[in-house]
Amino acid sequence: MDHPVILKISNLSKSFGPVRALRGVDLELRRGEIHAIAGENGAGKSTLMKVIDGILLPDGGDIVIDGKPVTIASPTEAQKLGIGFVHQEIALCPDVSVAENIFMGVTNTSKALLMNYADLRKRASAILRQLGDINASALVRTLSISQQQLVEIAKALTLDCRILIFDEPTAALTEREAKILFEIIHRLASRGIAIIYISHRMAEIFDNCDRVTVLRDGRYITTHDIRDTTPEQVVAAMVGRVIDKLYPEKQRADERSEEVILDVSNLCEATRFRDVSFQLKKGEILGLGGLIGAGRSEIVKGICRLEGEVTGTVALHGKPLSLAHYGDSIDAGMVYLSEDRKGDGLFLDMSIASNISALAVERVASRAGLINAGRETRQAQELGRRLALKCGHVNDAVSTLSGGNQQKVAIAKMLSVAPKVIFLDEPTRGVDVGAKAEIHRIVRDLARSGVGVIIISSELPELIGVCDRVLVVREGRITGEVTGDDMTEENIMYLASIADERPRAA
Amino acid sequence: MATTSNPVNGEAGSTGNALGRLFRMRETGLILIIAVLFIVMSFASPYFLTWDNMRAMAMAFAVEGIVVVGMTILLISGGIDLSVGSVTALAMVIAGWLFLNGLDPWTASLVAIMACTAIGAIMGFFVTKVGLHHFIVSLAVMVIARGLCLLGTGGRPLGLYTLPPEFKFIGQGSIGPIPVVIVIFVLFVVVFDFMLRRTTIFRKVFYTGSNEKAAAYSGIRTTKVIFLTTTLCAALSGVAGIIYMARFGSAQPTFGVGMELNVIAAAVIGGASLKGGSGTILGAILGTILLSVVSSSLALLDVSIYWQDIIRGSILLTAVTIDHYLNKRRG
Repeated sequence: MDHPVILKISNLSKSFGPVRALRGVDLELRRGEIHAIAGENGAGKSTLMKVIDGILLPDGGDIVIDGKPVTIASPTEAQKLGIGFVHQEIALCPDVSVAENIFMGVTNTSKALLMNYADLRKRASAILRQLGDINASALVRTLSISQQQLVEIAKALTLDCRILIFDEPTAALTEREAKILFEIIHRLASRGIAIIYISHRMAEIFDNCDRVTVLRDGRYITTHDIRDTTPEQVVAAMVGRVIDKLYPEKQRADERSEEVILDVSNLCEATRFRDVSFQLKKGEILGLGGLIGAGRSEIVKGICRLEGEVTGTVALHGKPLSLAHYGDSIDAGMVYLSEDRKGDGLFLDMSIASNISALAVERVASRAGLINAGRETRQAQELGRRLALKCGHVNDAVSTLSGGNQQKVAIAKMLSVAPKVIFLDEPTRGVDVGAKAEIHRIVRDLARSGVGVIIISSELPELIGVCDRVLVVREGRITGEVTGDDMTEENIMYLASIADERPRAA
Repeated sequence: MATTSNPVNGEAGSTGNALGRLFRMRETGLILIIAVLFIVMSFASPYFLTWDNMRAMAMAFAVEGIVVVGMTILLISGGIDLSVGSVTALAMVIAGWLFLNGLDPWTASLVAIMACTAIGAIMGFFVTKVGLHHFIVSLAVMVIARGLCLLGTGGRPLGLYTLPPEFKFIGQGSIGPIPVVIVIFVLFVVVFDFMLRRTTIFRKVFYTGSNEKAAAYSGIRTTKVIFLTTTLCAALSGVAGIIYMARFGSAQPTFGVGMELNVIAAAVIGGASLKGGSGTILGAILGTILLSVVSSSLALLDVSIYWQDIIRGSILLTAVTIDHYLNKRRG
């Protein structure tokens, strides 16, 4: 790489009261490179980005752009220096057109009294053309999440930037959409824009980036050329210890059992899935793979009656179940871990203890229906210890915990009812590498102890790394099953997306 | 990070926490403010700390306090009810009309409370089954119930001079030195405060209000919970209406106009959130007491009645603002 250095940061530090978020961080960014920043939650990635974007002022250190030392005092100044930021969370106005959203910043600083919508649309269309097929006059609300993400990128591009920061942009995207996004990122890089790419996903970093800088506890650890390193090395640098295996040991041959825990047959729902039949055996971890929107979550929610009117039979340990409501499913021993932890998985402003008991408050109450606070606290402490939950007191609000620990609370909530089968929908989304490995180990231990485990994950390496068998879902049907050495990304993607290669019926 | 990596705490650390929590609690702050008001007022007006004035103040908030109980529970579940004032009046009018038409007052009251409960159930139906917002549904019911009151009475109060003394005892009698109204009020508060803190049923109200979707994903039938809290609030308004009738010895079709604002303000000052998921009965009652003490103080100090509304509104705004910043700092 002999491209000139565009941004050089050295010895940057930033404290919030006693918390030292950055201590002596270095970063060197070259023209046209895609530079990954890796680190666990709390490593200082977002603080570093906020400093680059002018949202935060550093306490010390130097920022040099094109050889000139600069102070970036506000996002507006960052824009003037050619720094664009595509935020992780989409911040668009849903009831306003794409064009108006793209030029929100420009409109905001414009002195003109009247809006020139025709001109706005024309300029928006010109930018959108580079990115994909989006109508500039469409309302943002009518777009898919990935299209909205493209609008965010378009917004950054209007600023004519030379440095573009992407903060976990693929978190809400399907594999296919992510692929398109990466094509765009590569195209931008080839035009000489320097890209900073923040991600938890090793596979993405290693497939798309040129270099990677690792931060840990606010410190600069290392920068590698991607060609000269391995995911294991990067993860080791991130967590500060060698994680010899990213994934726990799989089921051994002598652990295999023919005992069927869950038997689903001919499960159908009006529009979302049909003829779903499979068996879950004791001790195995069964994966559901497929594209987002293929119907994986819907199938699992259908089985435990969370959503949809379903027909077909579900038998647990050989006994057919008749469930009217998710409450019946919990009573029978089947529980679901939501993919949207903050949206519908947890009660963020309530205490850890009352979150954990939410599935069955009756378990910590007397027969007369009076909650026993001591029992509730003890239950939370016991499950917390079992899952190595890091928290202050179990009466603290869940919102005080990190993503990984929040997820452990959600898992503890499931375990509070001693379930027979658990459905885990994206169990490690938004969770950092260390906690991810712990969650995988917990899940494996549960499977060993006889709990049936079904995992949905859009991260193929996770699915392959954790599961003993993967069923692939496409357009609401199970299109195939892979086990052992057949569990490869290629095979799963093939089964998941082959429908799209079929010529479309007229 | 070092600060959060303690292991799961044992009970050892909880005493310090409990004291801290007591200190941070909304109730503690309210009690302090009320105490300060008492001290200041006892100097400002010799009449303030007399038994008669205490009794009058307590009578003023006691019946409304029963409505506050229902409203607080409804707010915790994420709902709101603007119709409480009209429904209270309607209970009076129904019971009064039935009594004047020959029914005994006890049966008439029971029917009136049941009618209010049914109104709550209808509101619950529109909210949970049809999917309309509490605000709009209860706004419509507020107007309809008031209309029914005026229709049933021709707009004039019904004088119930022949109410038997046993019935009037509810609203006018005393047990020893303590008015029956206050006994009833304390009973409601104690029972519902205990239930809200301890029972599984009311825990589900908190879950539902805190995050309705997460509650549904925990197997809780959230529509049932919301239906019940909506119905309960209207039923308690009905109870309050009957006590008012026994106290006044008449049924007043225009009674309770603007009551909903007072009641919601009291609950919110007491820590209930309009977003649902938080609130306590004790806090809401302290909110009611605070508003009532302020009103009474202003009256004793000869402050114009018009100023009183302005001051009450300012107190609400101040309480909510302080709370907002406290929450921000914590969160």
